[in-house]
This record gives sequence, C-alpha cells and structure tokens, in this order.
Amino acid sequence: MTPVLETRALVKRFGALAATDDVSLAIERGARHALIGPNGAGKTTLINLLTGVLEPTSGTIRLDGRDITTLAPHLRVRRGVVRTFQITQLFRTMTPLSSLALAVSVRRGTSARWWQPLGADRELAPRCETLLERFRLAEVMDQPVHSLAYGKRRLLEIAMALACAPRVLLLDEPVAGVPEGERQEIFETISALPADVSIVLIEHDMDLVFNFARTVTVLVNGAVFAEGDVETIAHDPRVKAVYLGEQAHG
Amino acid sequence: MTATTAAASAVPPAGPSPAAESLARRARWRWWELALFAALPLVWLLVPGQSLLVNEIAIVALFAVSLDLILGYAGIVSLGHAAFFGFGAYAAALFAKDVLPDPLIGLAVAIAASAALGLATSVLILRGTDLTRLMVTLGVASILYELANKLDWLTGGADGLQGVVMGPLTIPFTSLPGFAFDLAGRTACAYSLVVLALALLACRRIVRSPFGASLEALRDNRLRASSIGVAVSLRLVAVYTLSAAIAGAAGGLLAQTTGFASLDVFDFHRSAEVLLVLVVGGTGYLYGGIFGAIVFKLLHDLVSAWTPQYWNFWLGLFLVVLVMVGRDRFVRPWTWARRRRAA
Repeated sequence: MTPVLETRALVKRFGALAATDDVSLAIERGARHALIGPNGAGKTTLINLLTGVLEPTSGTIRLDGRDITTLAPHLRVRRGVVRTFQITQLFRTMTPLSSLALAVSVRRGTSARWWQPLGADRELAPRCETLLERFRLAEVMDQPVHSLAYGKRRLLEIAMALACAPRVLLLDEPVAGVPEGERQEIFETISALPADVSIVLIEHDMDLVFNFARTVTVLVNGAVFAEGDVETIAHDPRVKAVYLGEQAHG
Repeated sequence: MTATTAAASAVPPAGPSPAAESLARRARWRWWELALFAALPLVWLLVPGQSLLVNEIAIVALFAVSLDLILGYAGIVSLGHAAFFGFGAYAAALFAKDVLPDPLIGLAVAIAASAALGLATSVLILRGTDLTRLMVTLGVASILYELANKLDWLTGGADGLQGVVMGPLTIPFTSLPGFAFDLAGRTACAYSLVVLALALLACRRIVRSPFGASLEALRDNRLRASSIGVAVSLRLVAVYTLSAAIAGAAGGLLAQTTGFASLDVFDFHRSAEVLLVLVVGGTGYLYGGIFGAIVFKLLHDLVSAWTPQYWNFWLGLFLVVLVMVGRDRFVRPWTWARRRRAA
C-alpha cells in the first residue's frame, strides 16, 4: 500500500540547529499515527514543513506520490492536507458560523465569488450546522470568536479543520488546555472521522495517544528515534527512558 | 457522542435553519443603511447652496471608503493612499485636456489607470510588517509626487494642470443633451453623489460575499486563513487593486469637478487626512468613511469660519477627545455621566 503522505530525508535547519534531521516518514491511508517526543523534539516543525508554513532545507514531501515540497500552503489544504494549531489560531472578530462557512466555501471552490452573498451557496448552512452541532458550538454560532470561552475556541479550532474536509489531518496537541472531562469527547469526535482519513496526532497525554493511535513515531532532537505500532513503542525501554524521563521533569 | 450520528441523519427542518438564517442576515439591509442611501438625493435637493461643500465631502467619503477596503477589511495599513487618488486625478485631468472632455469616459480612464497602478504596486505590500507597509506606501506616493513635479511638460509641474474644461455630463445610452458643470456645483455635486452611491453599492456586495469574508479572515489571522486554503496573496492583490480603482475614481471626480489637478493630490497630508477621516468614522463596516468625511469636513468648515488660524488645534483636540472617550461612547453622550463598570 502506498502511503498518502510521505517525507524522504527531510531536513530543516535554523542556523546550526537541525530542527528536523533526516526524517523519513510514511503516513498510510486511514492511519492513526501519533507523533511523540520530548519538548523541542521538532514535532511542530515537522507539521509546519508538511503544511508548507516552513520550507525544508533539503528532502522531499510527497502527497499521493506527487512532490509537494514547494507547493504553496493553501494549495496543500485544497489537496486535503489540513492542520490544527497547538496555539489556537482563529478569526477573532468573525463568528464561529462565518468562520466555518468560509472554510466550507473554500473547500467547495466558491470562496472567490465576489458578487454573491456568502449565504447564496445553499450547501454551506447544512454543513456548518452539522459541525456546530457536533462541536457543541450551535448556541454561540453568532458570537464573535474573541468573546468565546477557551474550551469553545479549542473546539472551533478543530471544527474549522474538519470543515476543510481533510484527507490527511494533522492535529497539533488538539486538547492542549482543554479540561479533562472534555478531552475524551473531542477524541471521540476525531475517532468518528471516516476510516480513510489519515490522522497524525501530536499529543503529550500518553493515555490518549495509546488509546487513539495504531502507529507511533518518536522524535528526539529532530530525528526519528523509534517507530512502530503502539504495543512495541509502549514497551520500548529506550522510549520510556527518553520520553517519559523527560516528562517527569515537566 | 450522540450528536454526531443524530446530526448526520437528521431530517432537514422545515423553513430556513438557524445557520442559513444567520448567513442570510449577513447580506440583509439595515434600516440605517437604507436611510443613508435615501439621504444622498435629499442632501442635493435640500441644501442647494452648499453643493460645493457636499461635492467635497462626497469625494473625501469615496476616498475613505476605498481606504476602508484595504485597512478595515483586509488589514493593510497605508500612509500613501493618495498615490491612487492623485493618479486618478491626473489621469482624468490629462484625458479631458488632451483626449476627450467627456466626464464619464474620463472617470473610467481614471479608474483603470489607478487600478493598474494598484495592481503593479500590490506586490510591495504582500510581504513584511505593518511598519514596512507604512514606509512602502508612503514611498510610492512620494515617488509619484516627485514625478508629477518633474514631468512638467506633461503635468504642469508645480503649477498643476490648469484649464481642464469638462464637457457636459451626459446620461449613458440616451440622446439627452446632458448637464453642463456649473459654477454653483449643482451638476458636480449630483455627479459625485451618484458615483459615491454606486461605488458603495458595489463595495457592499463585495464585502458580504465569500471574497469579503476571506478578507476579514486574513485580516484577523493570515496564518489560519492560508491554513483553511485561502489564497492570501491573490486576495491581497485583488483588494488592493479594487481599493486603488475606487481611490482613483475619487481623484478623478476631484479633477473633473474642480477642473484642476495639482501636486497637492499626491501630498502626504492627503494620505494622512483620509486615514484620519476613516478612523474618525470607524473602520471595517464600510460606512465609516462617509460619517468620518461628514464630521471632518463640517468641523473644518465650522472651525475655520470661526477661527481660521487654529483649525489644527481644534482638530487635534477633537481627535484626542474622540480617542480618549472612545467612538462608541462619543456618539452616545447620554452614557458619559454613567460610571464605567470596574473591569
């Protein structure tokens, strides 16, 4: 089976520091792939390279076998590579509804229309409603985003990624700062995504990772330290030493 | 989570759903918008003695609306928007003088010329920070100022382009004789008000479209806008070009209705003034430029009549008070006495 998203010998240097060091990674179709590692291991940098926010120093990125290493970020999104952000990135003066409507409209290819109202596309409202319901944002859909509680903003962060109809979804600590009780719900929603959507997850909560992921890649100092299925990684003594040791320090 | 499956299999409710209703509301006319559009012809009818002032206000308002498109909607700061205003003014004046005195064709030429300039200079505002954008826009306007100054065989240099004679304003697709521009400014005033109204109607549609929503998105967060697939650079180029075109229309109107174009149209004070006008009226809701222009010009008129030398003092005081009190409270004097709730 050919991987959906694949990197070969990917390197990103900031001066002398190799934030991503010769990373070759294959994300299979329908993967539930976790990316773990101590702070500063280069997890977010890797996501930034995959989505085009950063340009790699060397190496290639392929989507469905085609080279997308230099493709503009917004074009990668339109090909289905969608991400969420560890630090919430939203449109603060817009409402959840208009944010989602715009994302859906981009996906449908109607976002460049400049002479028709946003609401003229009849497909937008039902799709937005499904997302608003699913993420329990329906009652705040008309409030400006900056007035929402943190938990709601976190939900919108993920809802906006789903509005883009991802084929490869890159989740950068999706439940960072979300209260314990709501984490499980967010993960249930993510787990309920169609089986052929490939999901890459960065997460620190090991219980969530081991519940959710089937494959785990451990990054240390920008390089792949270990890779394998959940069972193997969970019982790998080297991973325990490197990763869990680090976490004990906080 | 049960909501997931329930929402997926839900039967669409009868009538518009709350989300559809809310999206439709975005495009709906507010009562005060209708009142504003209704007021435009009334102003022309009811204060005929002030036509020159109304003409001036309409032109500044149109110029400020063009700035709002880039500043209020797309978040592009500019200290050189007079570049497009002035370019439109000179284009209209030169066209009338050397090619054809017809005002409508001249206005179209002014719009096209400024749009082309906007398109060409839009690459300069794509990268960098707000500070670099301030410098670059300021620089473009300064370059044009000096070009207009140096190319005196074309522009008249420091003397300006004088003796621009406009033909009568004809109504397109009719054989009516048309209206000559008169000294009292009746024709000019009506002309500017109609152009302002048409430009507003067009802008209103544009900012409520998906394109308009994507401008707001990239103003709020460019990184996220591109992460949901918005072509940020293309959007910026498009809105900058559109804004330049409308600024060019305002400049064209000025040259046509005053029969004159001088270096003053490119001057820094023009760029600064339109920014002040827009900030006084409020950014990001399209009508701020209109209210700002009315307040600014009326204030200017009143204060200059009372104390000609100290206009800048009173303007400065007004701005300081406006900013300290806040616009929302300023337009609601009955709230001034009320104590602010502790934050």
